[in-house]
Order: sequence, then structure tokens, then C-alpha cells
Amino acid sequence: MDFLKIQPIHLDILREIGNIGAGHAATALSKMLNKAVDMKVPSVNVISFEEISEMVGGAENVVASVFLRIVGDAPGCMFFMLPIEQAELLLKDLLGGQRVQLAGDDVSEISLSALQEVGNILSGSYLTSFSDFTSLNLQPSVPATSIDMAGAILSFGLFEISTVSDYAIVIDTAFTDIEKQDEVKGHFFLLPDPESFSKIFLALGVPLDE
Amino acid sequence: MSEIIKVGIADINVVSPPDTIRTTGLGSCVGVILFDQINKIAGMAHIMLPDSSLSKAPALNKGKYADTAIRSLYEMLINLGANRKALKAKIAGGAQMFQFSSGNEMMRIGPRNVERVKEELYSLEIPLIASDTGGSSGRTIEFDPNTTLLTIKTVNAGIKVI
Repeated sequence: MDFLKIQPIHLDILREIGNIGAGHAATALSKMLNKAVDMKVPSVNVISFEEISEMVGGAENVVASVFLRIVGDAPGCMFFMLPIEQAELLLKDLLGGQRVQLAGDDVSEISLSALQEVGNILSGSYLTSFSDFTSLNLQPSVPATSIDMAGAILSFGLFEISTVSDYAIVIDTAFTDIEKQDEVKGHFFLLPDPESFSKIFLALGVPLDE
Repeated sequence: MSEIIKVGIADINVVSPPDTIRTTGLGSCVGVILFDQINKIAGMAHIMLPDSSLSKAPALNKGKYADTAIRSLYEMLINLGANRKALKAKIAGGAQMFQFSSGNEMMRIGPRNVERVKEELYSLEIPLIASDTGGSSGRTIEFDPNTTLLTIKTVNAGIKVI
């Protein structure tokens, strides 16, 4: 994959994927919480591995995350990541007001399981719309959860891309509360594998120039 | 004033006292420290992948792969005056951040990185005197070339010194 062949229109396409995907996920989230959830305009960036961690507050910042592999026509990795406090609030809402604690090493099974299920539903709706939009056959793997340093988690999504490049194309969509716009609730990261880009662009009728 | 030298992902750097050297957020990546305690020279590599044969990039980033990163670091230290026979190693990282039932090789990258690092150290005849690898937690590590102690910080298990 040659990043130089990527034209502004290709970045627009990826941004639209983020828009549609995360839009559906935001709808699913607001149904689950029974309150309005807003999302920011997705950003699509070609960035170094270091910078990806910076997007979620630095490599050492502790976050709650759900990770899944996308299998099918255009494989890749997907992360749903949110600050611990936001994850606790989200799960508290979902589990009927029960206090949820995600920090420390005695995190309850139900909290982790609920987090995984939230990630599952949200990434499922993201992926379904991504798949519908591109007519590509895409399926999620069983999601896995981890509460740990952002850098350690994100590097897990970089192995495929790291064999071809020191940079990754990241499609990032941030969620916010509709009342408190500047408070970011979470991030969706979509990291297509290097060879998936040409397939995505081809599927949408704008192939990369060879 | 001592400084903390930073090592990024797929990066290599060297250090001498009173400075220390540090890398943050090691997941399945492995932090490799080579040091010469007598000449007080040390270096750290933050490797991502086990072997440079995996590279499909036009230009090889040596810091990314266990085999090339360890050799580069070794050469850097020798050029700075380290004694080949005095070099020792400490390593940390190689965690399995997510548990999957499927047997995808890429998902086992942490243990594979550790294995390859050990092989490379063995072939360069550098004794591995301490390690903290595996598990499922991310690590931030800092090495002090003066005391040759490696401080390892994890989210839940606190701080450990090897």
C-alpha cells in the first residue's frame, strides 16, 4: 500500500465510512442508554504509531476498550475505547444504577461482560453499515475486552500495518454527550489492513491509481 | 539535572548516567535493554514484531523487528565504547493484551516476540539476567544505567523492580 497514491477523495470516502458506521453505532448507543448521544465529524488521518496513542491521551493513559478483528473481504481491526470514568458511567446506566468499578484488579465479571456486550453491539452496527455501504462481506470476530494502557492496547491493532509501514490510516470518530459537547465519551477506531484499502476504494468505484 | 530519554514504538536509543531511559505502553511489544555496567553505557529498543522477514516495506525500519533491533542496538553500544563481553540484557513486555479463542498467529505476537528476542540474545552471547514477560497487562519501563535496575509499572500490579 502506497500512501502517496491516496487522493483527497479517498480520505473523503474513509471519512464517510466513519460517518455512517459511527452514526449507526451512536444510534444504537443512545437506544441502549435511552438518551441522546452525539458524535463528532470523523477524522481520517495518516499518522505515526506514536500519534495514535496521543489521540486517546497518551500511551500510558488507562482506558477501557473492546477490540475485534474484521474478517472477510476487507480485513482490519476495530477498537471501541473510552476513559475509565466514562465506561463506569455507561455501564452504571446499563446495569440499572448498580455501581460499577472498572479500575483495580478485582473488576467484577458482570462489568467486563457488559462492557464486552456494549462493544459488541456498537461495533456490530458500525460494521453492518460499513458492509452495506461498500457491499463488501465483513464479519466481526468475537470481541475481546481489556482495561489497560492505551498504547499497549492500540499496538495490538498495528501488527498487520506495521509490516508494510510506520504509519497507519486511522478513522476516528469521537462520541459526546448531547448536553456536554466537549466531553468526549469514547472513540471508535477503524484500522483497515494495508491491502484492504484498495478493496474498499474499488468497491466504491474510486480505485487507487496503479 | 538528569533527564529521561524516551524510546518510542519501533525505536532505539542509548543512555548514560545520570540520565535514565524509558518506554511507555508496552503491550505485546518487548522492551530490550542492553547494558555495560562497567562503562556505564546502556540502550533500549522497543520492538513490535519478531522477525525482519515479516517486513513488506520498501525500506526496513530496523527498530521494529527483534532480530534487526537487537543487532543495531548492540552495534550502537559497541561504537560508543561498550565492552562486548560485558554486555548483559534485561527484557520486559510480550503480553497477550486480548484473549482470543481463535488460533490466529498474529494474536500470539507477544510470546513470539519474546522467543525471538531470547534467540537473538543467545546468538550474540549476551546473558539475559532478568525478565518480566507475558501476562495480559501493559507495561511502562524505565532503566537506570547507574544502578542497572529496571523499573516496571503496570496498571494493576503496581511497580516492580528487576
